[in-house]
Amino acid sequence: MSSSAPAIEIRGLSKAYRLGMENAATTFREAIVNSVSRAGAEPDPTLLWALHDVSLDITRGETVGIIGRNGAGKSTLLKLISRITWPTEGEIRLYGRIGSLLEVGTGFHPELTGRENIFLNGTILGMRRHEIRRRFDEIVAFAEIERFLDTPVKRYSSGMYIRLAFAVAAHLDPEILVVDEVLAVGDSAFQRKCLGKMGEVAREQGRAVLFVSHNMVAITALCSRAVLLEGGCLTQDGPAPAVVQRYLNSLEQVATVPVADRRDRRGTGALRFETVAVRNASVGGGLVRSGDDVVFEIGYRSDRDSLRNVHVDLVIHGPFDEQLAQLSNTAQRGVFERIPQRGTFRCRVPRFPFEAGAYRLTLYSEVDGDVADWVIHATTLEVEPGDYFGTGRTNFEGQGHFLVPHEWSASD
Amino acid sequence: MSAPNAPATPLHVIRPATGRRLPDLREAWAFRDLCIALGRRDVTLRYRQTILGVVWVVLQPMIAGGVFSVIFGRVARLESGAQSYFLFAYAGFIAWSGFSNAFTRAAASVIGQGNLVTKVFFPRLILPVSALFSTTVDFLVGMGSLLVIFAVMGSPLSPGIVTLPFWVLLLFAMGLGLGTIAAALSVRFRDVQHALPVLVQLLLYASPVAYATTAVPESIRPWFVLNPLTGALDGFRWACIGTAAPSGVSVAIAGAGALASLVVGAMVFARFERQIADVI
Repeated sequence: MSSSAPAIEIRGLSKAYRLGMENAATTFREAIVNSVSRAGAEPDPTLLWALHDVSLDITRGETVGIIGRNGAGKSTLLKLISRITWPTEGEIRLYGRIGSLLEVGTGFHPELTGRENIFLNGTILGMRRHEIRRRFDEIVAFAEIERFLDTPVKRYSSGMYIRLAFAVAAHLDPEILVVDEVLAVGDSAFQRKCLGKMGEVAREQGRAVLFVSHNMVAITALCSRAVLLEGGCLTQDGPAPAVVQRYLNSLEQVATVPVADRRDRRGTGALRFETVAVRNASVGGGLVRSGDDVVFEIGYRSDRDSLRNVHVDLVIHGPFDEQLAQLSNTAQRGVFERIPQRGTFRCRVPRFPFEAGAYRLTLYSEVDGDVADWVIHATTLEVEPGDYFGTGRTNFEGQGHFLVPHEWSASD
Repeated sequence: MSAPNAPATPLHVIRPATGRRLPDLREAWAFRDLCIALGRRDVTLRYRQTILGVVWVVLQPMIAGGVFSVIFGRVARLESGAQSYFLFAYAGFIAWSGFSNAFTRAAASVIGQGNLVTKVFFPRLILPVSALFSTTVDFLVGMGSLLVIFAVMGSPLSPGIVTLPFWVLLLFAMGLGLGTIAAALSVRFRDVQHALPVLVQLLLYASPVAYATTAVPESIRPWFVLNPLTGALDGFRWACIGTAAPSGVSVAIAGAGALASLVVGAMVFARFERQIADVI
């Protein structure tokens, strides 16, 4: 298939949000006050440019990865291409039917059966009913849920739920497929199956795929080309490995900004992470070695008198930004039911099971079920080689991320 | 060299939203399967989740009919012109529910589907229209119960019954049109949600549901007839229980009101449609 046929042409695309517009639904009174005070005033100074002057050409048969930090404009770009929101300036020309998958299982309803959800979700994603009927058996087989077709999906395991949701989306037949961070879920075997399906869609059927992910392994494996968004601008466009490298380098710079000063955070702010430190409890000091007892100390602050039902977790990312481990209070002991206005979360990891290398930490918290604070790559973590096995010996470098307690023996 | 079936001209060109927009009915029609699927979901959930689903739908007009016939029939001693005040109020309330459900469900449809609106593209006009499905099913159940009451009381059906779909259409159109306006405004102004129940309540008492148009004093009746609901409700009741037929003027006002609310609804919605995902 020719690579010269255009799929998407983007010219000078910009999107501005009026600050605070996210929850902007105002009352009539505010609208009246605003319209009076705005009359004759200069341009609104509180515009936030989520995307600024982006131009991009994508041809058929290409799989393009879009990378960048949170708030860099990745989702905004996908939403504009998907026609969910409209640009402030610029133009997008779409040469073909577009299918976008910004979330797994949009519109799924827990009370409806698998069969009912296939039809509902399929039509929501833009399929006609007869198309779904034609591909119904394929979808069911791909999801591997034949026996549970007429069971309400609220009784599904989370794995089944995700398989079904992705199966519907995988059988969309658009000329342009737009996929947001949706592969972060599901078991790895199914993830591989989905990635394979997406690659096949692009290569063999000559469609264009746009793919947003924080998983640099998936980006390099799947995409021939990648673009980097920084602060709403497109700063890099080229072969995926080179762009990924540039992105990873930029992350190192970010992680040196103290957590309290970070602006690229999300959440209600009911709780804010202020500091993060790592302490070696075995030998003291801040040097972390494999096999030592390690304590993460995360200082927080809140405007509220006391905080209830606090979930907090810490995600450890590897060199390609892949998520290696999640340390969550909810899984380990349950949420903190009540904690004071300011204080420190401590998370102790006995016999630290990571190999020597550079890691990154993401901090995440929920208060009463709402995302309170979320700082991706809040800090870096350097792990030095250590005596994990108590033998004074270490593994070869670069042969894995984890140390696992184990015993060898031999017999005849 | 170009790929097979690669269109030379773009299928869609996305540009900034400028100025006044007209509703894109052709695109909405292309998404009719989604409209049906959403409507079907509402109906399935409504009748599956509560065992009493059907019972609730019938119980509401029963209670309203009972209360209205005691207050307006017995206490205020109004004349309904029907053989029984209960039947009069019951039929009136079923017609009213058709209108008010179409109205309130359409009004809540966009805010209630915030998750869909921010994740997928479809003509947003689908949402208020799909809300009409559950309204229709509820209405049919209500009509069924009315026929049962007829059978029990041994009343003959009036020949006017054949015009019933016309009156129902008027009521649904007014409900849908007003609901679409409210849905669009409620995205921008959250107080619409609070104002709506009050407005519906006011309309209920300003319209001939619990009392007959003939019970309204002659002096203010011309004003009363200006309410487009008057003609439609009177027509509905004339068709099913043979009360006094609505005047030609009131029918004309009802028809004009239905048409106007649909057109204005579609226009207002088109004006606000593109802001929905940014604001919700």
